[in-house]
Amino acid sequence: MTVAVPRSLDEAFAALAAEPDAHLLMGGTDLMVEVNYGHRRPTAVVSLDRVPELRGWERSADGRSVLVRSGLTYTEMEIGELAESFPALAQAARTVGGPQIRNAGTLGGNLGTASPAGDTLPVLAALDATVVLGAAGGAQRELPWDEFIVGVKRTAREPHEIILGARLPVRRGPQEFLKVGTRNAMVIAVASVALVVDLDAATVAVGLGSVGPAPLRAREAERWIAERLAFDPLGISSDGDPETLAEEFGRMVAGASRPIDDHRSSAVYRRHAVSVCARRALLRALSPQVVGT
Amino acid sequence: MVNSGTGLSIVTDPSVVSASGRGVIGESVRRPDGTPKVQGRFAFSSDLWAEGMLWGATVRSPHPSARIRSIDLSGAWQIPGVRAVVTYDDVPGNKMFGLEHADQPVFAHDVVRFHGEPIAAVAADHPDTARRAMEAIVVDYEILTPLVDPEIAIAEGTPPIHPDGNLFRRLVIRRGDMSVSGDVVVEGTYEVGMQDQAPLGTESGLAVPDDDGGIDLWISTQWLHADQAQVAASLALPEAKVRLHLAGVGGAFGAREDCSLQIHICLLALQTGRPVKMVYSREESFFGHVHRHPARMWYRHHATRDGRIVKVEGRFVFDGGAYASTSSAVLANATCFSTGPYKVPAVDLLGLAARTNNLPCGAMRGFGAVQTCFGHEAQMDKLATTLGIDPIELRLLNAMQTGDSCITGQIVTGALPVEEVIRSCAEAPMPVLAEPVDSPMMALPGGAGRTADAAGVKRGVGFALGWKNLMFSEGFDDFSTASCHLLDGVATVKSACAEVGQGFVTLAQQIARTVLGVDDVILAPADTHIGSAGSTSASRQTWMSGGAIELACRTVRQKLLSHVGAAFGVSVDDLDIVDRRIVSRHSAKPVIDLDVADAAPGVAFSAVEEHHHAPTFRLDENGQGNAHVSFAVAAHRAVVDVDVELGLVRVVEITTSMDVGKVLNPLQLLGQVEGGTAQGIGLAVMEEILLTAGKVRNPSFTDYLIPTALDMPPVNVAQLVEVPEPGAPFGAKGAGESPTISSTPAVVAAIRNATGRELPRTPVRPHDIAL
Repeated sequence: MTVAVPRSLDEAFAALAAEPDAHLLMGGTDLMVEVNYGHRRPTAVVSLDRVPELRGWERSADGRSVLVRSGLTYTEMEIGELAESFPALAQAARTVGGPQIRNAGTLGGNLGTASPAGDTLPVLAALDATVVLGAAGGAQRELPWDEFIVGVKRTAREPHEIILGARLPVRRGPQEFLKVGTRNAMVIAVASVALVVDLDAATVAVGLGSVGPAPLRAREAERWIAERLAFDPLGISSDGDPETLAEEFGRMVAGASRPIDDHRSSAVYRRHAVSVCARRALLRALSPQVVGT
Repeated sequence: MVNSGTGLSIVTDPSVVSASGRGVIGESVRRPDGTPKVQGRFAFSSDLWAEGMLWGATVRSPHPSARIRSIDLSGAWQIPGVRAVVTYDDVPGNKMFGLEHADQPVFAHDVVRFHGEPIAAVAADHPDTARRAMEAIVVDYEILTPLVDPEIAIAEGTPPIHPDGNLFRRLVIRRGDMSVSGDVVVEGTYEVGMQDQAPLGTESGLAVPDDDGGIDLWISTQWLHADQAQVAASLALPEAKVRLHLAGVGGAFGAREDCSLQIHICLLALQTGRPVKMVYSREESFFGHVHRHPARMWYRHHATRDGRIVKVEGRFVFDGGAYASTSSAVLANATCFSTGPYKVPAVDLLGLAARTNNLPCGAMRGFGAVQTCFGHEAQMDKLATTLGIDPIELRLLNAMQTGDSCITGQIVTGALPVEEVIRSCAEAPMPVLAEPVDSPMMALPGGAGRTADAAGVKRGVGFALGWKNLMFSEGFDDFSTASCHLLDGVATVKSACAEVGQGFVTLAQQIARTVLGVDDVILAPADTHIGSAGSTSASRQTWMSGGAIELACRTVRQKLLSHVGAAFGVSVDDLDIVDRRIVSRHSAKPVIDLDVADAAPGVAFSAVEEHHHAPTFRLDENGQGNAHVSFAVAAHRAVVDVDVELGLVRVVEITTSMDVGKVLNPLQLLGQVEGGTAQGIGLAVMEEILLTAGKVRNPSFTDYLIPTALDMPPVNVAQLVEVPEPGAPFGAKGAGESPTISSTPAVVAAIRNATGRELPRTPVRPHDIAL
């Protein structure tokens, strides 16, 4: 097995050109488990974790979006201005592994693996994020998240491409991320729900994780609830009883899930969990003052 | 952090070693391997290395039940760097092994009986070469339908899946007037899932051949001499030519009592004439050791209207998996302790251990008592509810004490402070706990997942009491051997006792310091150059090997005092050792006051002693007899928060009391209490190996979940009840297993209390509560 450790993006593309079948490595939190378990025996690896162009994040000139680069770690998502702009992403990042894993694991890795249980993916779905792919010579293309993730652990990335990052539209409004697992930390999601309110566009977006082959959106439920909420510059409110509204919303969101039975849970429980979490997420968004962190 | 009703304070400040500064009995002596382990400098068995060493790998069956039509090894031999490939045919001696019954083939040859059963082993220059060789071996299987239901396995007419049949043991315990019926009858069927010991260190070892056809094996094990006997038998070598040395053990909990890779690597080393190292991967480890028996238990309790138990009926079915391991002894424990430490005048009990195509099961912390404790404590709560009696009062009303008879007819002659344990735990003031609505999101059920709605979190409290035997039972003489050598104030003690984390490493030194009045005690490496110490299991090493060390040290002490007495012309009976000094007693003349280290310059004193416990006996056809040496009791009170809608649980607090005889090392005892409680919590809410048609579905730490820091509450030790145990060194009982037994039922009782659900099965899964 050859391991290339490029120090720049150009070097990375050159390394990839030299070994077209190379597996890309960022934090290693997925790849190393697969290697250790013998599930994957890459003949070549291109390690991207020392490529400076893949670190950090930046706000667009108009301030309406943020480019989160693929080397951004979960720990970095949890704190500071980025966490203030995207609280659901920060909450999702906090649910990943233990501190050491969060120091190593990255957004690019989460996207590249494209596991149905990838913790940041429902948030990216709810934000309508796009994925930026780069190729040698500065070529780039940008795909909506649902054109990037095309199946269970399958993406539209071409072998010569590197995930540069994800572009996240800035949404003004409450955000929530809830993840159900059978342990209180360091656990693979049995089901997860991301909820993003856009006060300016008067929309609600819901991303679901671990209840389908890829992250799902609950578009019918999103439209239904948006029609029943009042959006004002400070938050959302409902005319009727929030509990009743949220209950129905939860039921509709669960209807959008496509869970399976596996060793981690059952489809029946997962659908139930989605319903409960969506309801709670909406109620928290309706009363942001009681939202804990 | 922890206080005790005995007035004993547990030292948690690591800078405080001991009150005397000498590290004698009763002090929190710190482990010499503690700091290296925390710093990553401790050499575990997986860190072993030898010049010219080869790497071993094991070919395993992907099927739980199959007939092997053929094994083609040629692919492996074609890979450069492959030095040996061995199968059943290459085993020169006994082709079968086993801890109690040699019923397991060293390699499967005609049939496969469990998922992951070894078929062949290879040795190669590099671990990757060994792995590729393993993958190049072609086994032609005729896949058979696995027999996975223990009830079907032992039903009449079911074909045996092994020449020894499908029944490991059938144990009847009958006593008293079995025709009696209670005013009140409660009935229940309970289930316990398959728990893994989940030691962080996987199975590993290094075998080094010598020039004389013999072999040295450095191994992570619980019992060097049991391994030695099995390895020697399979290699057709005299035991003297198979020398075992304890390597750094990364946890055991029962998983290292049976042979895993021991015979395989020795075979590879002898074939190649080179050292061979093998380290199981995490996944392989789940297939490479025995597990806790899954159990299905039916109970019917009869009681008078005022709450006295008059009879217990029960039928317990334990799934032993493919091979015997210790199933027979596990079943005996489960059945003997199935009614709890309560006075039960009549019993009609049937225990059954079955052979199936599931993973082999054997020893795990608590050894059978864990499963039936889950059942009897659920029954006690059910009885209390039916009678309208407080569950603590009901337990006190029926509590056994010294002098009472067990259901086996054995009269308890040692300490059995059941009432003290119950009272101190149940009546301990409840610590101040934040209400769910005042708790940070992270401290609510669901933890980091932020799923909880604080207003919907229900709090519950549960209590449970458990007991089990210490040492081996049913006539087994599990003696221990130790030596002591004293020269110029330096004592060297030796035992083959396997240090697996339990703390013998400090206790042996504490005992020697206390008996001999020396400060410097060297604990020699554990190996088979000395007689057996028995297994590090059954809560027995402090008593058995600690006792052997004490005996050897006392003999040496007597020799030293005789020497000094002769030199000064005083009787040995007039001499004593106080702290570091040899002194004459009361009125003896001349007055002697010598430092132990200076008392006999250049003169060495040595002794080797065996320590045997009181004899035990087999159970008769009605399950009656003095089968056990000693008993220990513990209680847990658990507080849980439950997100009822999602079925997620967080254990908020655990209070415990334990019957320990005497505390020898408070800090280490706390380690056992916390660790055992954590393992019990794991079985209550998350730990289970899932099998479908005999195939393991979660052989990884991604999917076999064990408690994290967010799942483990603070442990409040209400009381360590110190009633000295006759016959035990310094009166100390073993404490390794008690914390694991009652913690599981206490947590599940608390979840029942919070949710009103019956929850007859552990671990409790989210859907058991939510759906």
